[in-house]
Amino acid sequence: MSAREVRVCSGTACRSAGALEIHARLAAAVEAAGLQDAVSLTETGCMGPCAKGPVVHVVPDDVLYTGVSPNDAEEIVREHLVAGRVVGRLLWAEGLESPSQIPFFAHQRKNVLANSGAIDPDRIEAYEAGGGYGALRRAVSEMTPERIVAAVTESGLRGRGGAGFPTGRKWRFTLDAPGRPKYVVCNADEGDPGAFMDRAILEGDPHAVIEGMAIAARAIGADRGYVYVRAEYPLAISRLRTALAQARDRGWLGEDVLGTGFSFDIDLRIGAGAFVCGEETALLASIEGRRGAPRPRPPFPAQSGLHGRPTLINNVETFANVRTILRDGPEAYSAVGTASSKGTKVFALAGQIVNTGLVEVPIGTTLRELVFDIGGGVPKGRDLKAIQIGGPSGGCLPADLLDVPIDYESLTEHGAIMGSGGVIVLDDTACMVNVARFFLDFTATESCGKCVPCRVGIPTMRDILVRITEGAGEPDDLDRLRELAALVKSTALCGLGQTAPNPVLSTLRYFEDEYRAHIEDRICPSGVCESLAPPYAIDPETCRACDRCAAVCPTGAALGTPGEPPYEIDEALCIRCGACFKACPFDAVTRGARS
Amino acid sequence: MSTTSAIERIESYAGRPGELIQALQVAQEEFGHVSEEMEAHIADTLGVSVGQVHGVVTFYHLFRTRPAGRHTIRLCLGTACHVLGAGRILATIQEHLGIGVGGTTDDGLFSLDVVRCLGTCSLAPVMMIDDDVHGRLTSERVLDVLEAYASAEARR
Repeated sequence: MSAREVRVCSGTACRSAGALEIHARLAAAVEAAGLQDAVSLTETGCMGPCAKGPVVHVVPDDVLYTGVSPNDAEEIVREHLVAGRVVGRLLWAEGLESPSQIPFFAHQRKNVLANSGAIDPDRIEAYEAGGGYGALRRAVSEMTPERIVAAVTESGLRGRGGAGFPTGRKWRFTLDAPGRPKYVVCNADEGDPGAFMDRAILEGDPHAVIEGMAIAARAIGADRGYVYVRAEYPLAISRLRTALAQARDRGWLGEDVLGTGFSFDIDLRIGAGAFVCGEETALLASIEGRRGAPRPRPPFPAQSGLHGRPTLINNVETFANVRTILRDGPEAYSAVGTASSKGTKVFALAGQIVNTGLVEVPIGTTLRELVFDIGGGVPKGRDLKAIQIGGPSGGCLPADLLDVPIDYESLTEHGAIMGSGGVIVLDDTACMVNVARFFLDFTATESCGKCVPCRVGIPTMRDILVRITEGAGEPDDLDRLRELAALVKSTALCGLGQTAPNPVLSTLRYFEDEYRAHIEDRICPSGVCESLAPPYAIDPETCRACDRCAAVCPTGAALGTPGEPPYEIDEALCIRCGACFKACPFDAVTRGARS
Repeated sequence: MSTTSAIERIESYAGRPGELIQALQVAQEEFGHVSEEMEAHIADTLGVSVGQVHGVVTFYHLFRTRPAGRHTIRLCLGTACHVLGAGRILATIQEHLGIGVGGTTDDGLFSLDVVRCLGTCSLAPVMMIDDDVHGRLTSERVLDVLEAYASAEARR
C-alpha cells in the first residue's frame, strides 16, 4: 500500500472547474518524481466545499488544498510530496491545514457522506475495504426480515425525501402486504430546485444506496428493484451503472446472494424531465412507461404499487442511511438527533452564502450553525434576509428564526419543511414577492394538470403575484392569496399541489410588509421588480465625479461637474434604464438595497 | 449507439408497453428528437396507440418533437440560479444566438432549453452543454463558452 494518498475531489462542481486535468497533472508529476510506489491518486466523490473547489486532500498528512488549478499540480508534488512542506498559499486559510481545524468541516457529522470524498466510487473494492456490504451480509445470513424491519423502526429513521414518514413503518406495511412479487424502488428523481444531496450521494458512494436497497429487499421480500434517476445527472447515472455491474460481479446482487437463497437485482430507469415524478405514485406510473400523473392514495404503494404489487419507495438518502443502522445498531443510530428526528441530514447550501456546498449535520442543528458556522454567512458583507428551505414545497424563514433547530416538527411549525434538504440563502437584495412568484411559476409549469385545484389554483395565485410584482397589485390581493392557498392546500390531489402554496404562505407570514410596499406604495424595496424599483441614486461618499454616468445617461438626469463629487440624479428626469448603474466603475450608483 | 442498434433496441421492446419511455429515450438519443414517424413506429412495435405515445412525449420536458442542434444548451433556472442572475444569462444567450427557448440556430449548431434545476447549485448560475457543466456564469463567460464550442465546430 502506498504511504500517501492524494484524493482529488471529482464531484460535479470540482470537475467543471478542472479536477480531471488536475488529477492527470498530479499523476504525471508523481511519475516524474519517481513516487509511483509511495503515492496513490484517488478520484473521489464530492468532499463538500464546492465554493472552494477544486479541492485536493492529502492523507494521512490530512492537508486540504483548495482552489487548486492544474498548474498547481507540480508544486504540490514537489513541495508537499517530495520536500514535505505544506503549500501554504493553497490552504483554506492561513494555518488551517486539516479539515478538522476548518469550521466548515468541524461542525459537521458525516455518516451518509462518510465515503464521499474519501474513496473512489468506481471501485467496489474500496467500498468493501471500509466494511461495505457487511450490513447486507448480516441481513441475509444472520437476520430475519422481522429483525431487519424492527432495527429500522427502532432507529427512528424517517424518510429523507420530504414528508419524513417513519421508514420502519413503511417497511412494515410492505412486509405485511399480501401479494407477490414485491418491488423496492429508489426515488432518485431529485427535482427540488436547490437540492443536490442525492446527486452527490449517487456520485460519491453509489454502493451505499445499492446496499440499502438490497437490505430493504431482503426485509420486505422483494426480488426486483428500480432506481429512478433523473436524466439531468449523467455522472450519477454512469457511476450507478458501474456500481450495479460490480455488485453483480461480486455476488451482492443477482441470484442466490451468498448462497442464502436470497435473490435481488436492480434496474435503472432514467427520468425524462417531469418534476411531479418525484411524487411516488407519479414515479411508479413513469416506471411503467406512462405519463407521470399521480393517483389518489390509498391504496398506498405498500399495498398496490408498481404493476399493482406491494412496493417500497424510499429516496436515495434514506437508503444510504440503512447500512449504518445495521452496522452500528439502532441504539447508536438514534443517539444522534432530537427526540422525534433521529440521525443526520445532508443539506445543500446555495444562493447568497459564502461556503456553497454539501454538508451533513445531526438533525436538531440550528439554522444559525448551518448558515453561519458551517456556511460562513452571507458574502460581500450583506445582511441575511431569509433562508429558503425545502424547495417549492417549503418556505422562507426570516433571519430572526436562525435559532430554530432543524428537525421535521420545528420547521413545519414555522411554515417551512425539512424537505429533501435544499437550503437557499437570500440576502437583502432579494425580493420575497419575486421569490414566491418564482416558486409558483415553477409549480404551475410542473403541475401535471390532473386535478383542478393544482391546475387552476396555482396559476391563479401566480397571476396575482405577477400582478403585484408588476405594479398592479390590488388591496385585497393578500386576502385572495391566503384564501386560494388554503383551498389548494386542502384539496389538491398530491404532494405537489398540497405544498405548492407554502412559499406564498411563508413569505406572507414573515414578509407581509414587502407585499404591502409593492401594493400600497408601488415600491419594490430591493429593486428586483423592474417596474417598482426605487429610483437610482448616487452615493456621495463613493462618487469620484468621473462623469461616466452623465456621459451615458440618455435623458440628462445624471448631473455634475467632472472632478467635483458628488454627482446627482434628477429623479424627475430618470427613466430607470440602468445605464449609469452599469457604467459606474466605483459602484457608486445604487438602487434600493441593490448596489 | 449506431442507428442499427438503436432500431434493434426498440425492436427488443416489442409487445412491452411498459418500456415506452425507454424506447423513446433510445430513439431520441440516436436521432436527436422523436419524429411523428418514430412515434408511429414505436406505437406499432410496443402495441400501444399513437395517442398514448404522443401523450407521453408531450408530458415529459426532455423529449423533443423537432430536430435538435448539434449541441443542446440547458440553462438552469433553479432557485439559486434565479437569485444569482440566471435571467440575465438567458437574455445574453438568446441575444447572442438569436433564438428563443426551445429554438435551434439556423446553422444547426445550438439548441436552447431551460431546465428547472441541474442540481449543481454551488456553481450557480449554471448551464449544461450536452453532458458538460459550465458554472459561475457571467454574461461575458457564457459568451466565451459558446464561442469555444463554435470554434471547435469550425475546426472539425
